[in-house]
Amino acid sequence: MKILVCISHVPDTTSKINFTDGDSKFDTNGVNFVINPNDEFGLTRAMWFKEKQGASVDVVNVGEKETEPTLRKALAIGADNAIRVDTPAKDGFQVAQQLAKVAKDGDYDLIIAGRESIDYNGGMVPGMLAALLDANFINTCISLEIDGDTAKAVREIDGGKESLTASLPLVIGGQKGLVEESDLKIPNMRGIMQARKKPLNVVEPEEVATQTEAVKFEKPAPKGEVKLVDPENLDELIDLLHNEAKAI
Amino acid sequence: MSVLIYTETEDGKFKKAAFEVASYAKEVAEKMGGEVTAVSFNANNASELGKYGVSKVLNIQNDKLGKFNAEAYADAVSQVAQKEDSKVVVLSQSANSKYLAPLLAVHLDAGYASNVVDTPESTDPFTVKRSAFTNKAFNFTKITTEVKIVGLSQNAFGLKENETEATTEDFSPELKDGDFSVNVESVDKAKDKVTIADAEIVVSGGRGLKGPENWGMIEEMADILGAATACSKPVSDMGWRPHSEHVGQTGKPVASNLYIAVGISGAIQHLAGINAAKTKVVINNDPEAPFFKAADYGVVGDAFEIVPKLNEKLKEFKAKNA
Ligand SMILES: Cc1cc2nc3c(=O)[nH]c(=O)nc-3n(C[C@H](O)[C@H](O)[C@H](O)COP(=O)(O)OP(=O)(O)OC[C@H]3O[C@@H](n4cnc5c(N)ncnc54)[C@H](O)[C@@H]3O)c2cc1C
Repeated sequence: MKILVCISHVPDTTSKINFTDGDSKFDTNGVNFVINPNDEFGLTRAMWFKEKQGASVDVVNVGEKETEPTLRKALAIGADNAIRVDTPAKDGFQVAQQLAKVAKDGDYDLIIAGRESIDYNGGMVPGMLAALLDANFINTCISLEIDGDTAKAVREIDGGKESLTASLPLVIGGQKGLVEESDLKIPNMRGIMQARKKPLNVVEPEEVATQTEAVKFEKPAPKGEVKLVDPENLDELIDLLHNEAKAI
Repeated sequence: MSVLIYTETEDGKFKKAAFEVASYAKEVAEKMGGEVTAVSFNANNASELGKYGVSKVLNIQNDKLGKFNAEAYADAVSQVAQKEDSKVVVLSQSANSKYLAPLLAVHLDAGYASNVVDTPESTDPFTVKRSAFTNKAFNFTKITTEVKIVGLSQNAFGLKENETEATTEDFSPELKDGDFSVNVESVDKAKDKVTIADAEIVVSGGRGLKGPENWGMIEEMADILGAATACSKPVSDMGWRPHSEHVGQTGKPVASNLYIAVGISGAIQHLAGINAAKTKVVINNDPEAPFFKAADYGVVGDAFEIVPKLNEKLKEFKAKNA
């Protein structure tokens, strides 16, 4: 089984979010970039398929040279090959088209992406990729098993879950649940050393169109002071919630 | 010109999200000089959407589409969009809509903006405000394709009545075998529980509650308020509560009207996911807990004393205001 894991390179969850160039660009100054958490759950599941079912695992990112440390980390976790499509990520559709080309060329059976990147929260690349490839698609996937060319998956739905089956090739939008938090691997020294020697292929982008454009950013208005209520006077809280906030 | 909405139903009844996308679409249609058309699947009372400004409903009555199926629904909705020559398609951001939208985008060659929080800033060019960086910022996105898809965040617009005479007709999409190649084997869903996505109020517990045996008072509060229950990440990681209740940056987003956090410190990753909630209340015994900086109302004290008392008072309040 050939697996491709799509890796998004995102600011870590503690990053301060600021913008430059007249609020038109994300300010990467002092920001630490990591593998998108949703993708990391998927990558770790892919490692399981590698260990238990002999799968090969490639990772891919659409981005410029600065994303390479993130791909190297994926190699250190255990991926076999990395591919970087050498173009900045502009919108979900452009990224999905670049990934579709890599996916077709590599003839993968299973493509694991994250349900969304935690930077732009687009939540569209996995579905678009599946549609472009005419492959089956399962989103918000929290459990995945492969037997021959059949996948058994569980998808999170609002208020519950759903069990699904689909044949390969399959694209999933993954998240926590694919593996547990405690299964995530911090690369060890040996992994890091090996990762340096593993192939990281830089490929030229396709000429593709975008459909959307991020024109500007805005930070939420600063919040007012919290109103503290005396624990001995909870009627006041109810009053505030009812009359002021109109929330109950 | 029509603005098309995908309206979700449960057991044939429209969900609140359906009325919200209708309300929103009506405003967009007015800005652009058009009408709102809705597509629904197996709806019992399709004309009900007229109350929120919908002029025409195409209801798809088909047993094969009784359960949500992203590919088949995408195929059907795109056929309606083409038939109606829709220039804008609006969906909610429920789990199903988020599953459907990117497929629809490819079918319709349409640009898609997700997590939209407001009516378009302009309709030509078509620019919408969306939340990004998990609620830490907003991002204005211009959709440059002829057909546009808008994913409207839950509770971002609210309900707005706009009494309209809605005509209804049946629509039979042409479906392919390939539309059913992902099979739903079983659905496991609590019938009588409010979901985090649909809830007006969410009551959430953190590690400060010490153990799963102490969740009775959280569930009681949720019962009194008709709220959904949620939890912080470590609580689900430790198995005190199911993963489906985990909210925050790596869990579910919360966009309810009220969010009540009990024994939650307010770590940046937690706050990121719940910041879209309109009113936030924190109950925590540590006055330095970061949640107090993010909340509208706070009570400093021991949750084990405060919550039972608050529950009694909420019961009285509910009894009086029923
Ligand atoms: C990559 C990444 C992603 C993450 N994603 C998420 C996410 O999506 N969601 C999330 O929630 N977290 C997330 N986290 C974890 C986050 O950083 C915090 O660790 C977590 O939110 C803390 O949970 P808590 O508030 O329940 O626990 P704690 O931080 O331990 O806080 C417990 C609180 O309870 C209070 N308390 C104790 N006893 C009482 C009492 N008797 N009465 C009242 N209050 C009491 C304490 O004062 C304390 O403030 C993420 C972390 C990382 C690194």
